[in-house]
Amino acid sequence: MTDVRVVENATCTFCGCVCDDIILTVEGDRITQAKNACTLGKAWFTEHTIEDRPVALVDGREAALQEAVEAAARILVESRFPVIYGLSDTTCEAQREAVAIADYIGANIDTTTSVCHGPSGIAFQGVGESTATLGEIKNRADLVIYWGGNPAEAHPRHFTRYSVTPKGMFVPRGRKDRTVVLVDVRRTPSARAADIFIQVKPGKDFEVLWALRALVKGRPVPSFIEEETGVPLATLQDLVERMKNCRYGVLFFGMGLTMTRGRHFNSGALLALVTDLNEYTHFVAKPVRGHGNVTGADNVLSWQTGFPFAVNFSRGFPRFNPGEFTTVDLLARGEADAALIIASDPASNFPRPAIEHLRRIPVIALDPKPTYTTDIAKVAFTTATYGINVAGTVYRMDDVPIYLRPAFPSPYPSDEEVLRAIKVRVCELLDIPLPNGKHH
Amino acid sequence: MGEKMLLIAGRSTKQGVSLNVGKHSPEYQEVVTTLEMNPDDMARLGLKDGDRVRLRSKVGEVIVRCKARKPDDLPSGVAFLPFGPASTQLMGGDTAATGMPLSKNIEVEVEPVDSDQ
Ligand code: SF4
Repeated sequence: MTDVRVVENATCTFCGCVCDDIILTVEGDRITQAKNACTLGKAWFTEHTIEDRPVALVDGREAALQEAVEAAARILVESRFPVIYGLSDTTCEAQREAVAIADYIGANIDTTTSVCHGPSGIAFQGVGESTATLGEIKNRADLVIYWGGNPAEAHPRHFTRYSVTPKGMFVPRGRKDRTVVLVDVRRTPSARAADIFIQVKPGKDFEVLWALRALVKGRPVPSFIEEETGVPLATLQDLVERMKNCRYGVLFFGMGLTMTRGRHFNSGALLALVTDLNEYTHFVAKPVRGHGNVTGADNVLSWQTGFPFAVNFSRGFPRFNPGEFTTVDLLARGEADAALIIASDPASNFPRPAIEHLRRIPVIALDPKPTYTTDIAKVAFTTATYGINVAGTVYRMDDVPIYLRPAFPSPYPSDEEVLRAIKVRVCELLDIPLPNGKHH
Repeated sequence: MGEKMLLIAGRSTKQGVSLNVGKHSPEYQEVVTTLEMNPDDMARLGLKDGDRVRLRSKVGEVIVRCKARKPDDLPSGVAFLPFGPASTQLMGGDTAATGMPLSKNIEVEVEPVDSDQ
């Protein structure tokens, strides 16, 4: 008989909500129940299996861990323009090791942020961010606006755990005390949770945001705004009144803003609107983040290099330049000559020209499951799943760090262990003493 | 003949759930090759649920199956495809110096594929 255990307060790392109130029923090495989790979280836990795969493959052949570490270290040391990418689905501890490797070998390091809220990162630097934690929003927000995001399908518990239905200190009746607005080009399932749905013509978010800024400042907006954006002037005027007169407003924004024409200008316009609104009331803005620890990746890169993504160490010190040091660009221009990909699958989600280059260069991949990227990798490591098998730190989308309580161990090493082994071997090959004084 | 439309790639519940089963699973493969369309657009192109369509952008083309959404949900001229290997075939590598390729509002030509092809 397999023993049945209950793990309380387990953390789901499938999306950036990082819900840490999950109650797991564990039978042997299967999770049979994940109480409190949403549909996505339930699938994350209950579909988790320990894959029957070798710990490593080198050129498609089964290899011992140490042999694969050696192969990976040699690829990195011998390359002239290595790129390290991914990192949003692993622990902060593993992310630190990746930054260390980048530093030692003069690599380019970038995370999946560059293809989700990278443009928002650029906008934060340009405009600034009026921020809050989700706890504060839960307790205070009486006007909640989602712009260009579909939390009902991408972050299902965002509504119920943080921002729409929960009762809070200053919103004691929960949902009844809040007005919820959804702005999007599609009427997604999230619209059902909203009091007001505003449908914008595709690619016209910037125009709508700029018109709102004008109205907030009491400037006239011509009525052809409706023809231009699909949104009637009266709807915008009504929204502006609500925004100025709420006690605590929040604008959550998703990739509907960043992945469309305008990119960082769209995010920047939204942040500027929030800044303007602070003349009248308290208003905050938060990007809604996708992967479990993409926010951790931003934090770790920021505290270690000074920049959140798109960092290049080739001159021996960190430089930041989106467009130059972002991975899609490096690959699409054919610049990188080796890639270390951690917990990410660019071979299935990058644009085609970038994937074509990835197929031409030696790729080292770390992932718990077979992916399109592990398929094309020269060296592929099978690693343990963070949150389910591995402990460590993860940042929720509001930059709150949360510690993971794993359900059961895995026979595979963690990303952190594999990366540390690669780091140590890289240092040996380059004859660099390790920072703790130990010479290997 | 095909028609020009705007393609939005994004997340969906089914895409997220099937992702956990595995990228090579039949569930995931089906989800990421199912295009959601406005029913009026489908009628005009002579398409019904499950028919095959070719999507062609400036950089590439893919063949997927289409499925109708309510006209209110998806305006005419806009189609939705869950993120995945099919949607990436249509994305260009140019990021306008931001790092971010465009995956929403990609201009595509949508064309029915004869079933005997
Ligand atoms: S909302 Fe996100 S973190 Fe919470 S249970 Fe669902 S998938 Fe997991």
